[in-house]
Amino acid sequence: MSEFVNFYLFPALTIGSIYALGAVGISMIFGILRFAHFAHGDLMTLGAYGIMAATALMPVNPLLLVPFGMALTIFSALFVDRFFYRPLRDLPTIYTVISSFGIALVFRSMIQLIWGSENQVLVAGVRPPLVLFDTIRVSVLHLQAIVTTAIIAVLLHYFLTATKTGRSMRAVADDPELAEVSGLDTAKVVRWTWIIGAALAAVAGAFAALNTSAHPNLGWNLLLPMFAAAILGGIGKPMGAMAGGFIIGMAEELSSYHWIGDEALISPSYKTAIAFVIMIGLLIFRPQGLFKGRLL
Amino acid sequence: MELTGLFFYIVSLLILGGIYALLCLALNVQWGMGGLFNAGIAGFYGVGAYTSAILTTAASGRHLGGFSMPVPMGLVGAAIVAGVTGWAVARICVRLKSDYLAMASIGIAEILRLVFVNESWLTNGSLGVSRIPRPFADFTTGRMSDVAFLGFVWVIVLLVYVATTRLYDSPWGRSLRAIRDNETSASAAGKNVEKFRVQTFVIGCAVMGIAGGLSAHYFRFLSPTATDPLLTTFLVWVMLMAGGSGNNRGAILGALSIWTIWSVTEIFTNRLPPEWATRSSFIRMLLVGLLLQVVLQRFRAGLLPEKSPPVRFRKD
Repeated sequence: MSEFVNFYLFPALTIGSIYALGAVGISMIFGILRFAHFAHGDLMTLGAYGIMAATALMPVNPLLLVPFGMALTIFSALFVDRFFYRPLRDLPTIYTVISSFGIALVFRSMIQLIWGSENQVLVAGVRPPLVLFDTIRVSVLHLQAIVTTAIIAVLLHYFLTATKTGRSMRAVADDPELAEVSGLDTAKVVRWTWIIGAALAAVAGAFAALNTSAHPNLGWNLLLPMFAAAILGGIGKPMGAMAGGFIIGMAEELSSYHWIGDEALISPSYKTAIAFVIMIGLLIFRPQGLFKGRLL
Repeated sequence: MELTGLFFYIVSLLILGGIYALLCLALNVQWGMGGLFNAGIAGFYGVGAYTSAILTTAASGRHLGGFSMPVPMGLVGAAIVAGVTGWAVARICVRLKSDYLAMASIGIAEILRLVFVNESWLTNGSLGVSRIPRPFADFTTGRMSDVAFLGFVWVIVLLVYVATTRLYDSPWGRSLRAIRDNETSASAAGKNVEKFRVQTFVIGCAVMGIAGGLSAHYFRFLSPTATDPLLTTFLVWVMLMAGGSGNNRGAILGALSIWTIWSVTEIFTNRLPPEWATRSSFIRMLLVGLLLQVVLQRFRAGLLPEKSPPVRFRKD
């Protein structure tokens, strides 16, 4: 039992947090701007490298330097939206999808150009795990990731339900025409979508890089499960995307637990396939997601 | 000696250019005619490559094989397996907004890559499949087999070009473009949108499979790095957008011109000092990404824009 909790449950929740933070942005961009943002994974990578660059200057805990990563991702996202996505906004959205596909490549090659393409660790050395109740061992990082995500979820819920900007964002996601004729400031909503999506992408990138190591394909490799999480939670439902992220993360990690006999149920090398299978299943049976998102 | 070197350089450039031209023609069927976004070209290309390689190689203890079929049979197999894979993806996603097809196709490409790496009984894992035969291996030897292969590739390109041009002009192609441009009115006119889209996607994927098979026979060796999405998916998209989506000649022209730029710049960057040579490959990638943005914003029609065939009335 303690083996299950220590080696499967906590890592699963950590992966789930990373997916959840990334999927919020994907889901909001898909809901409000109506396109699947293929560069979101690479935005996460950019955040992770921004934090890494800051740790080189200030040797403190990388998590304290997350604002630097956020600043970099928010700036990049707003820049890219202004100069590459906005000129295509009057065309069918598929053109923006193609553009974001190219932007993903631009982000990645910039990262490789500036920081090189080898694996880099943010924090060297091994930290001893926390021991709770004598049997449960949990790594400090995993606990930090899970707690941070929980706090962000509460703040995001407050933002979306209690502030005017947050409520307009939900309105635009639910019915853009109605929101527009009601006089909501669409440009402001779009700007806030990018700011929140990019900021959370930086946090997700930080945890992903701390959990393993920073490399240029870090975010791209997480893109598929994050898409699956966004669809699972329902497009345009940020809290749904959070839940979706946790479900996908748990499903991926727990699928390699030896539920039956001594062998892993599904070989760990096929973890990514779990997210894909869930996504395909959803697209066949429930494309609007679990929490009744929009079907675009 | 210089001249023969140049000659064989151009031969290899044109062989790979021909393979890219096939990929572009295939993408042109899917995107140019059908308006379907395929982000998993590398996956279908890889399936074709592995199918053809496994069908044509002699028995080996390291991977599935020993069928020793002739190369054309391998390519037919490649088209069938890639087409069936495409069918499975398209069946699920064509009803939905094209973004979902993009996500699912990129997903299938990732899963296929995992299969190529992990299933060593099938593909010999990351060590790859070697000793893949070339066509006309009995008649030509040494570097002349490159020249023979060049002819083989371009005959296939020509066949696919003729076929896709016929498709474009046919009632089938017209319905397809009607669906692409206005789905609602096409379905009001009684066109089965879903069926047309699935057919388009399958045809495109089958041709991508053939292109993959040809690349395996050209290099005589195949490993999972061949399915790198950068060099296939991204580059093919840039080629088609630059050449002119919807125009088959534009697709071939885009493939040849972008591929020439890509490989000729490599000659120059390889002469740079080592620390700059690695960096310059990232600069090239960066420029390809930016080129795509410029094309999307300014030259959406491409070098050779789409030209709809004139409507011909039967004279009574």
